[in-house]
Amino acid sequence: MLIAESLTKEYRSGERTLAVLRNVSFSVQPGEFVAITGPSGSGKTTLLGLLAGLDTPSGGRVILDGAEMSSMSEDDRARIRSAKVGFVFQSFQLISTLTAAENVQVPLELRGESGAERRASDLLERVGLAERATHFPTQLSGGEQQRVAIARAFSNRPSILFADEPTGNLDAASGERVVALLEELNHESGSTVVIVTHDATLAARARRQIRLADGVVIEDTGSTERVD
Amino acid sequence: MQLARLAWRESRTTRRKLFLYMSTIAVGVAALVSIDSFARNVTRSVREQSRSLLGGDVQFSSRRPFAKETEQLLDSLARAGIPNARSTTFPSMAVIPRNGNTRLAQIHGVSAGYPLYGAITTQPAGRYETLQSGPNALVDPSLLIVLDARIGDTLKVGYGEFVITGTLKDVPGTSGLSSAFAPRIYIPARYLPETRLLVFGSTAEYAALLKLPSDRDPKGFAAPFRAPLTRQDVNVRTVTQTEESAARATESLANFIGIVGMVALLLGGIGVASGVRAFVARKIDTVAIFRCLGASGNQVLAMYVVQAAAMGLLGALLGAVAGVAIQFLLPIAFVGLLPVDVHVTAEPVAILTGVLIGDWIALVFALRPLLALRNVSPLQTLRRDADSDVLRMRWNDLPRLLVNAALVLSVVAVAVARAQSVRQGLWIAAATGGVLLVLALVASALAWGARRSVRAGWPYVVRQGLANVYRPANQTRAVMLSLGFGAFLVTTLYLVQNSIVQDLALNASSSGANLLLFDVQQDQAAPIDSIIRARGFKVAQQSPVVPMRIASINGRSTESIVGDSAKNRRAGWAVRREYRSTYRDSITAGETLTGGKWFAPERAGAAPFAPGDTGEVSLDAGVAGELKVKLGDEITWNVQGIDIPTRVTSLRDVKWTRFEPNFFAVFPSRVLRDAPHQFTVLANVPGVLDVATVQRDLVRRFPNVSSIDLSLITETIGKIVARVSTAVRFMALFSVIMGIPVLFSAVSSTRRERIRESVLLKTLGATRAQIMRILLTEYALLGILGSLTGLVLALAGSWALVHFVFDVKYTPQFGPAIAITAVMMVIAISIGLIAGRDVFKETAMTALREG
Repeated sequence: MLIAESLTKEYRSGERTLAVLRNVSFSVQPGEFVAITGPSGSGKTTLLGLLAGLDTPSGGRVILDGAEMSSMSEDDRARIRSAKVGFVFQSFQLISTLTAAENVQVPLELRGESGAERRASDLLERVGLAERATHFPTQLSGGEQQRVAIARAFSNRPSILFADEPTGNLDAASGERVVALLEELNHESGSTVVIVTHDATLAARARRQIRLADGVVIEDTGSTERVD
Repeated sequence: MQLARLAWRESRTTRRKLFLYMSTIAVGVAALVSIDSFARNVTRSVREQSRSLLGGDVQFSSRRPFAKETEQLLDSLARAGIPNARSTTFPSMAVIPRNGNTRLAQIHGVSAGYPLYGAITTQPAGRYETLQSGPNALVDPSLLIVLDARIGDTLKVGYGEFVITGTLKDVPGTSGLSSAFAPRIYIPARYLPETRLLVFGSTAEYAALLKLPSDRDPKGFAAPFRAPLTRQDVNVRTVTQTEESAARATESLANFIGIVGMVALLLGGIGVASGVRAFVARKIDTVAIFRCLGASGNQVLAMYVVQAAAMGLLGALLGAVAGVAIQFLLPIAFVGLLPVDVHVTAEPVAILTGVLIGDWIALVFALRPLLALRNVSPLQTLRRDADSDVLRMRWNDLPRLLVNAALVLSVVAVAVARAQSVRQGLWIAAATGGVLLVLALVASALAWGARRSVRAGWPYVVRQGLANVYRPANQTRAVMLSLGFGAFLVTTLYLVQNSIVQDLALNASSSGANLLLFDVQQDQAAPIDSIIRARGFKVAQQSPVVPMRIASINGRSTESIVGDSAKNRRAGWAVRREYRSTYRDSITAGETLTGGKWFAPERAGAAPFAPGDTGEVSLDAGVAGELKVKLGDEITWNVQGIDIPTRVTSLRDVKWTRFEPNFFAVFPSRVLRDAPHQFTVLANVPGVLDVATVQRDLVRRFPNVSSIDLSLITETIGKIVARVSTAVRFMALFSVIMGIPVLFSAVSSTRRERIRESVLLKTLGATRAQIMRILLTEYALLGILGSLTGLVLALAGSWALVHFVFDVKYTPQFGPAIAITAVMMVIAISIGLIAGRDVFKETAMTALREG
């Protein structure tokens, strides 16, 4: 499903070159639920950006569902994201000018697909927010916003979902509900889920953990079979 | 379609803001719509009223009484059912015997039935209808005032006496200005002989108006008469020609003011660009999310282009509504300048054109900053960089280059479309571009200078204020452009207008002479000279005037010349006109020799000029150009029926704006001395009372001699210029009003950063007063430099206009120009502080909430 091959990411700061990721390699099987963990500054978010095709590596390559992302243009990568990828962010990243339902519809509308409204309403019902469909993000609590974000992430039936500290801005109860929802949807849709977190409890719920420190993989609990 | 819907939804909360930015185009559109609509109104009114403008369908006119053949033609036409009405117009002194007051007036001797179309109205009503019943006179109200006369008074014109029965209220075909130099007096034509003023060489125009049956085409009717009548020195004019020339005059005025409208539109464009830049910065987060969710760069761009186009359209529509409202006010600004009653109605074509041009300009200017949204990386959802880094574009980015090209082409296209010629349009576009470039360079220099001049020892607020001028995402360029351009425009208009007025005043006083006497007969010259000298005043100039026409040029008769093909055609007016020429052996102070040699001094005892001799002539360079005549060419003049052949031996540049007798053609004395002539006399009679006394003395002894106080002309011209200036200022006001939203737009483009920063400063302990002083430092610096640059550019621009276009002496008025600059400066500072009020308002808590 997802292959990271000798991934390196360097930033130039004046005369110095700062390597944030060094020679990171692993692969993720379809349907896996993987947590990338590590302390602050270990390179987790940078790795997520590369895996999801938001950024290009300085070295190595990323292959997502058979497509080599590193050599693609930004717009080609956008097309891959539109077709195969879902996102959940720490700060929810809902579009403030759109209602909950409209936010969920966006990925489908960008693809010009019909039936976006129906799909949005189904998903909002699935995340328990059918009643809040016409509300704007500012009218929702943090937990509710993250549930809308999850509904949006699944709206285009992604084969892989990336989540960046999805519980980072939530209280324990809301966080628990969001994680449960991610698990359920992973289970139901068969999507692969890759979560970046430094929350040990959340990481423990994943069947596989990849631990980073100083830009290198220091532990990979190994690929697991898909559990049905 | 889905994308458009998404775009519409996405704009929900920012729509108002975007509308505000895009609507800076509204003032420009308002200017275009109002000017174009009004010009169309005027053209339509001219068409509707053209018959009243001319007074008939066709007019025959001549500078001398109609020849027998012309009279016979008019009689036969009248018998064939084409009636005519006559008018004879000439200047003369009007005298009120009761108090002895005198004033130069324009006398109109009209026959019954004149005019054939339109009605002359009077106060009290109905007096024009009874004009022909006796020796009555209807006069301009202004004449009653200057002569201290009233209705019922006796009015003397030459030797004729008339009773003033009323004042003129509305005379079709004449603007209020036509009576400004010499008030009008209407008298019945049959009493003209009693005035005894129409003698040899009198400056008079004889006209016959013809009324055609409604199915006759005036142009077709007039065509066969043109050639024979030209030979009889009669000019034929049709209602169609009147319509065309009135339309042309309107077009010129509209074009001139339209340029100001164009500049307002351009300023609006700059406002849009800086406003949209702020909008784009605010949209980075949203665009990053869209990109994460799979939107391509072009999809994102398309979404915001749709929003901008929609809001631009709304802004343009708003401008169109305002334009229509202003269109209804324009007749007030132009009152007295137009020869027709303008019926103001909404003009759909002008409105549509204004809206489309406005929306297009808004969109092109908005596109430039919007393009940056394509480059927003989805990575910004995970890690947010500074706005300026996110939005940075490569200089050689192809779409950016294309948009820049479209921008330049659009500006040039609008300038060319609105100017009178392609050349003028290109000049305007280039000048506008040049001014903007200089302002942009000064802005860069200011930022550069501010960065280097900051000293560690200066107070913190000053250092911070200065730093705002050069820090990333500063507003220096946007403010400099809008403020500097506004200051440039207003100051230039003022300086040009002022130089023209000053030049008129200067010319009027250059010779020191102020009393001009004309129609002085040969035998009257000497006694008039002694009357003036006896009173202790000086005669500055006495010029003989000999009326003549061109008979042939280089052996070709005027008739054959007029029929030349368009390529070789010489200006008809110059070939056919009556030349009032003079003879003298020296060149005057108002003339400069531009080619050839001035006449050699006459040798004592030389033989007098005899038939068969070829004389010399010196021509005004301008008229020589119109006649396509060069040095050495031969012109034969018809002087009272006698042909006098001459060779062009010199060309002169004549300063026509000098208030003294100037001549197209000057002959050596020996050529014209013996021809019948009259004189114009220029005398130096200082003091209003003395002028009145001399005029009274002269008119008593020589009623045919007209005189005018030139200082009165200066005053009148000053008034006319002032009235035209009102119309121009009205448009200049547009640009100032324009500048305000543009400045607001420029200032708010960096508002977000400012609020963030001030919140941080407050968190760190800065007081409101300190933050205000920081803003004050920044805006004072921008205001001073923007306005001063505008002033310097205005000085250069007005000099160029005055020197190259108006060809008058440049007399800059620094006081008022600096005052304008100061006002612009205050406006800039006020807007900066008003727009910055949110910056003071935000509390330190915001920093905590936003994390």
